[in-house]
Amino acid sequence: MSWQRKILRVDLTAGTIAEEPLNMEWALDYLGSRGLGTKYFVEEVGAGVDPLSPANKLIFATGPLTGTMASTGGRYTVITKGALTGAIACSNSGGYWGAELKAAGWDMVIFEGKSPKPVYLQISDDEVTLHDAAEIWGTTVWHTEEHLKKKHQDPLMRVTSVGRSAEQGCLYAAVVNDLHRAAGRSGVGTVMASKNLKAIAVRGTKGVAGIKDPKAFMAATKAAKKVLADNAVTGQGLPAYGTQVLMNVINEMGALPTRNHKDVQFEGARDISAEAMAEKRETDGKANLVTNQACFGCTIACGRISQMDKGHYTVQNQPQYWGASGGLEYEAAWALGAANGVDDLEALTYANFLANEDGFDPISFGATVGAVMELYEMGVLTKEQIGIEAPFGSAKALTFLAELTAKGEGFGKEMGLGSKRLTEKYGHPELSMSVKGQEFPAYDSRGIQGMGLTYATSNRGACHLRSYTVASEVLGIPIKTDPLATEGKAGLVKAFQDATAIFDSAGICLFTSFAWSLVDVAPQLQASCEGDWSLDNLAVVGERIWNMERMFNNAAGFTSKDDCLPKRLVTEPAKTGPAKGLVNGLDKMLPEYYAARGWTQDGIPTPETKGRLGL
Amino acid sequence: MMNSLHIDASKCTGCLQCEMACSFENYGVFATAKSRIKVFDFHATGRKVPYTCTQCDEAWCMHACPVGAISEDKKTGAKIVNETTCVGCKVCTIACPFGTINYMAETGKVQKCDLCAGAPACADACPTGAITFVDSNWTGLDRMRTWAAKLDTTAPEA
Repeated sequence: MSWQRKILRVDLTAGTIAEEPLNMEWALDYLGSRGLGTKYFVEEVGAGVDPLSPANKLIFATGPLTGTMASTGGRYTVITKGALTGAIACSNSGGYWGAELKAAGWDMVIFEGKSPKPVYLQISDDEVTLHDAAEIWGTTVWHTEEHLKKKHQDPLMRVTSVGRSAEQGCLYAAVVNDLHRAAGRSGVGTVMASKNLKAIAVRGTKGVAGIKDPKAFMAATKAAKKVLADNAVTGQGLPAYGTQVLMNVINEMGALPTRNHKDVQFEGARDISAEAMAEKRETDGKANLVTNQACFGCTIACGRISQMDKGHYTVQNQPQYWGASGGLEYEAAWALGAANGVDDLEALTYANFLANEDGFDPISFGATVGAVMELYEMGVLTKEQIGIEAPFGSAKALTFLAELTAKGEGFGKEMGLGSKRLTEKYGHPELSMSVKGQEFPAYDSRGIQGMGLTYATSNRGACHLRSYTVASEVLGIPIKTDPLATEGKAGLVKAFQDATAIFDSAGICLFTSFAWSLVDVAPQLQASCEGDWSLDNLAVVGERIWNMERMFNNAAGFTSKDDCLPKRLVTEPAKTGPAKGLVNGLDKMLPEYYAARGWTQDGIPTPETKGRLGL
Repeated sequence: MMNSLHIDASKCTGCLQCEMACSFENYGVFATAKSRIKVFDFHATGRKVPYTCTQCDEAWCMHACPVGAISEDKKTGAKIVNETTCVGCKVCTIACPFGTINYMAETGKVQKCDLCAGAPACADACPTGAITFVDSNWTGLDRMRTWAAKLDTTAPEA
């Protein structure tokens, strides 16, 4: 049993806290974290719920490998109905908080209702208390963590919280733990703030005991760590360059969405790449990148710790940003940079600091900036409305909008709507580069065809972390497929989606899958937990989780019409690069995908499929 | 040959595998709170530093203990707490200049690094070589080699 077999239920309306045994029957069918948390969610919450109403619930869930010596075993997932999307949301995060919750003796915390006033939850092993949060409401994530550690005289406490953007209703607000690790997407932070819940501070001293077969577990985790260390991506590329190792690669492939997806290659890509982060700046002779950093239990250590140029216009009068903090990952560097045509690395780093400090998703934010800049260039939005001239490429506009979004002030309120609602409001819904209301990440689906199907069918709206076919189409993991072809992508996407559900539900990081397949994960689960975690059953569990999420979305009103891409990607061919002349071939892949899934051509799981998966 | 734990903080990523290995070795549980080695995160500079007992020859803790509960393992040089003898008075925690011996409320005893009887689990678990277990007389060898490599030993042109 590497579950703790205990969950916490917090009724915020009544201010009561209760302990419950973990439903082990569900654990054996849904594993943990994303899968098991979502099972609780769909059993307890009606699909029609308004995401920002007290009837929505918010679940923080760890997995069986969270808090153990399995490499990257530090993750937790936040599950709710997404504020941005209205679809099932499950955003996961690393850092140290998830492992701390598990070490305190809890698999999961379920929040219900809405507190009449701002509160935060303190968990100290079995002692769980709701406190008044008046003194931290209206402050940042960074301030909240510092304040709570001081107040409770506990420097070892781990804190996850929401910032001002969430409080102000920004629809893509994140939950941020350990200063710069985020459950970033779909507006899970917005839901948290809507419940008047500011933070969860945890101290866990019990740890994770009772591994089923400790000797086999230590042998399995050690063997799996060696696989990570020996792999070129997880052993060398990611620790040295972080995910930013991709910037120049994806640009050369003609799959770097640029200026709101008008272009697929960015002339400034090199200036915002991993290589640029490591070079000494001309201004102060120091590099942007200070060091790499691991999350709990991670033997890859891809995290970036950056320090800004103190003389940069954004921070020259703001010494609070002069220290080292979470730096640019690839997705953020793309969204804050190429998506808007901005090539000022320091401006991007500053905007990224703000996204961490006040808890908003840099992907959705950056993509919304892209849409705003296009509207500005079309003359639909003016300098007076935005508060600044905002043509593509303007670093000043980017950082100005980041500051407003962080605080939810001025045009920042409009920014907080996300690109779908904002472009609709100004009469140009076609300019929102999103699916199910959530903005694309950093791969253009004209240059990497499988990603089009990935985005269109992702249960949480456009996202790269539901089936990262980039691994196959670009890096050749586990086998190389042609990024420009649509053939075979339906099966590839399904396989990646189901396997990803297992990685997410085990409590480990998806980045291990550059080196690990389920063959490496299964022995670690098998040695630690009771139940059947053979490869055959893991394939079924992964598929079950995917279908469960899909059925929730269908019940919430999503149909096959929502499995679509913005017009731009299916009608405007890529202008340059290897994909020149191509649009995304979603129409060819989607029917094949539905068939592979055992769904009707309306995207609904057939009774046979549901029966086979026990749904 | 006697070995010592040697720490190269520049290689530490903050993954805490060492802390989990320590607690697992000593208590059979993955609990960083029970670890005898601690990784410190100096966030504003990006530095992560593992820290634990360095097994002083003339150990303050050992000399301060009023009941003789701390003794030296002659084979490894480790100063070891005898839990049966320890009365939990915590005088050793005051005497230690480095803070590396600590009281555990759970057991009512103090705990410190005992070098795992000569095979430290933390060093084994460290994925980056930030914690190694090397010849006590040559803990500086790697650092000397790094600097030696920088010396220009080509003969000046005549």
